[in-house]
Amino acid sequence: MYAIVDRKTLCPGIVSLTIKAPEIARKHQPGQFVILRVNEIGERIPLTVADKDPVQGTITIMFQEVGKTTYQLARLSAGGAIQDLVGPLGRATDIENFGTTVSIGGGVGIPLLYPITKALFEAGNNVVTIIGARTRELLILEEEMRAVSKVLKVCTDDGSYGIHGFVTQELQRMIDSKQPIHRVIGVGPVPMMRALCNLTKPYGITTIVSLNPIMVDGTGMCGACRCEIAGETRYACVDGPEFDGHQVNFDLLMKRLAMYKGQELVSLENFKQQGGVTPQQEA
Amino acid sequence: MTETKARKSPDIPRQGMPEQDPQERAHNFYEVALGYTEELALLEASRCLQCKKPLCMQGCPVEIDIPIFIGRIREKDFLGAAGMIKQKNSLPSIAGRVCPQETQCEERCVLGKKGQPCAIGRLERFAADYERTTGKVQYPKIPPPIGKRVAVVGSGPAGLTLAGELIKRGVAVSVFEALHELGGVLVYGIPEFRLPKAIVRSEVEYLRTLGVEFKTDHVIGKIATVDDLIGDGFDAVFIGTGAGAPMFLNIPGENLCGVYSANEYLTRNNLMKAYLFPQYDTPIARGRRVAVFGGGNVAMDSARTALRLGAEEVNIIYRRTEAEMPARAEEAHHAKEEGVQFKMLSNPLEFIGNETGWVIGVRCNRMKLGQPDSSGRRRPVPIEGDFFTIEIDTAIVAIGNRSNPLIPQSTPGLALNRHGNIVADLDTGKTSRDNIWAGGDIVTGAATVILAMGAGRKAALDILAHFGVKDAAQPAQA
Repeated sequence: MYAIVDRKTLCPGIVSLTIKAPEIARKHQPGQFVILRVNEIGERIPLTVADKDPVQGTITIMFQEVGKTTYQLARLSAGGAIQDLVGPLGRATDIENFGTTVSIGGGVGIPLLYPITKALFEAGNNVVTIIGARTRELLILEEEMRAVSKVLKVCTDDGSYGIHGFVTQELQRMIDSKQPIHRVIGVGPVPMMRALCNLTKPYGITTIVSLNPIMVDGTGMCGACRCEIAGETRYACVDGPEFDGHQVNFDLLMKRLAMYKGQELVSLENFKQQGGVTPQQEA
Repeated sequence: MTETKARKSPDIPRQGMPEQDPQERAHNFYEVALGYTEELALLEASRCLQCKKPLCMQGCPVEIDIPIFIGRIREKDFLGAAGMIKQKNSLPSIAGRVCPQETQCEERCVLGKKGQPCAIGRLERFAADYERTTGKVQYPKIPPPIGKRVAVVGSGPAGLTLAGELIKRGVAVSVFEALHELGGVLVYGIPEFRLPKAIVRSEVEYLRTLGVEFKTDHVIGKIATVDDLIGDGFDAVFIGTGAGAPMFLNIPGENLCGVYSANEYLTRNNLMKAYLFPQYDTPIARGRRVAVFGGGNVAMDSARTALRLGAEEVNIIYRRTEAEMPARAEEAHHAKEEGVQFKMLSNPLEFIGNETGWVIGVRCNRMKLGQPDSSGRRRPVPIEGDFFTIEIDTAIVAIGNRSNPLIPQSTPGLALNRHGNIVADLDTGKTSRDNIWAGGDIVTGAATVILAMGAGRKAALDILAHFGVKDAAQPAQA
């Protein structure tokens, strides 16, 4: 059992949980993720680690309510616990002083982008950050991102806050203005990452994306998370989750992410009909 | 037993084990084989010749004193029989179910020369189940701590066996498991209908009662390296992480939705209980037309699982013929009885998908057998121009595993062979690094549960010798 020490709603549908996990907090590096299971009947799902506190021995996960597991998680509170938490998994982000790096994040991708951007910033990069959301109230981690960026730009699809438009449009403007860009890190919904890679490819700008396929064990044992990178099958859990975005088969990723859509819906609807309550477990 | 009495015994035929009816069991996940009754066990035990120089023991990777335990069964001392087995094998309920006895102890049995060998495996299972189900589990006396700590990486058959051997000799043992359940391949790989998970749990609880510490959710190589463990004060580390990295066919369309590795398919079903969806949260594709690629036990397990998940048609697609299939004859027989179809001499060339990216067919090439290859089996050769396509909605690739790279990559100086397996002495488990032992599939490549248990036992004895424990091979007294 892993105790929940704090819970926050970041915006409608996105929740942050801080969980006691001293060993993971000690070892976690930017770019790595955890897999958790809420209770005995639960599914194993991978989630990104937004922050850690090795002194307090905690990690903070942030997630969007999309299926039963995240819906359930969002309804847990401080004092409760989750059954299993395993990590840190995956390879850590390559961090060095590249020069000018652009961190691009959308929606629930921003929590994963935050520790990566922080590490790039601390490594001396000239960090430009472009984050976006559909609308103002769904924008998260603005102040945190600002604190680890030389320049922060905020976009909303509906123009309710910051720049009216997509994060990719803002990056296009940056490229057009001939500012040197040495590396782009993009984390967000698959369509955003695909658009980003399509944009940077003709300019030959190295673009790293973090992929989020379905996983089971997270240790390279099952192959559920296989992705196609430069035509080769790779496992996001052990070979990734970050890959050269110009080599990723996003179409395949989208289709594989939709593999259990029907069952996921059944799970969520059943749970809601039964009252949508998870018995509180004690740590 | 007197000689004359023993000589008569071949007149009694080898006793079959009651099984669930094939039609019925193909739709449930309860255990297929039901085990001997006392009467059957006594009859079968009476067949044993009680050889003075038992050949059967030479076929046992863990050298169980087979005639002695069978002798105890004959005397109706079933607990004594179980205790006897446990001196050499900490996990008899498991070995009695999944060991390929027909190529080990039973292959050497003298009775087998003229007729049917003694059913040693079924008797082992009987004795172990008797002890477990009557709740009269015997615990050995644990000697005082010798002041040594061993870390075991992986809670599969090698690691559990080693843990049992060491704890009985006063060594402190901590087992680190990556998954949330203990048992490794015994819980994620082998289906419930062949090895009920309650049995694995009770074997684990036995070890826990003896004092073994278990840590789940610990991926060694990530949360801590092997060197971190040594730095934390462990005097030795045993690596028994198995061959957990699935191989695929490397043909077009392999990443389509509905194409699984056997590892994933079985893990979803066995570990995550996807067969109980939506009562359990993990989904699995319940295919109507399923193709399984491969001819080993894992292929049989996958095919039989697909049937139980409601498939209308399940085909095992294999490049060679049934004679060359590595699966146990009993497993292939069970699969056929339940309705699995065998499409032999067929080599998959390509998976075909629809617009949503879901598999809808597989195109194959018919094969014929040519000259023997390096494995001694006749090599399958494609018949030119002879192709066929079968309609499927789920595919399971069960053609084997590579070694998982997490530990090798994070342990500098650990010698590996060209397949990425850890190089270790097969008699002692010693690796190229001091204080690190290894055994099971991570060393040998995918093999059997009992070979992994054997490796765990040998490594335990070598670690004990390394710690200066005298008479390490002498079993602890019950």
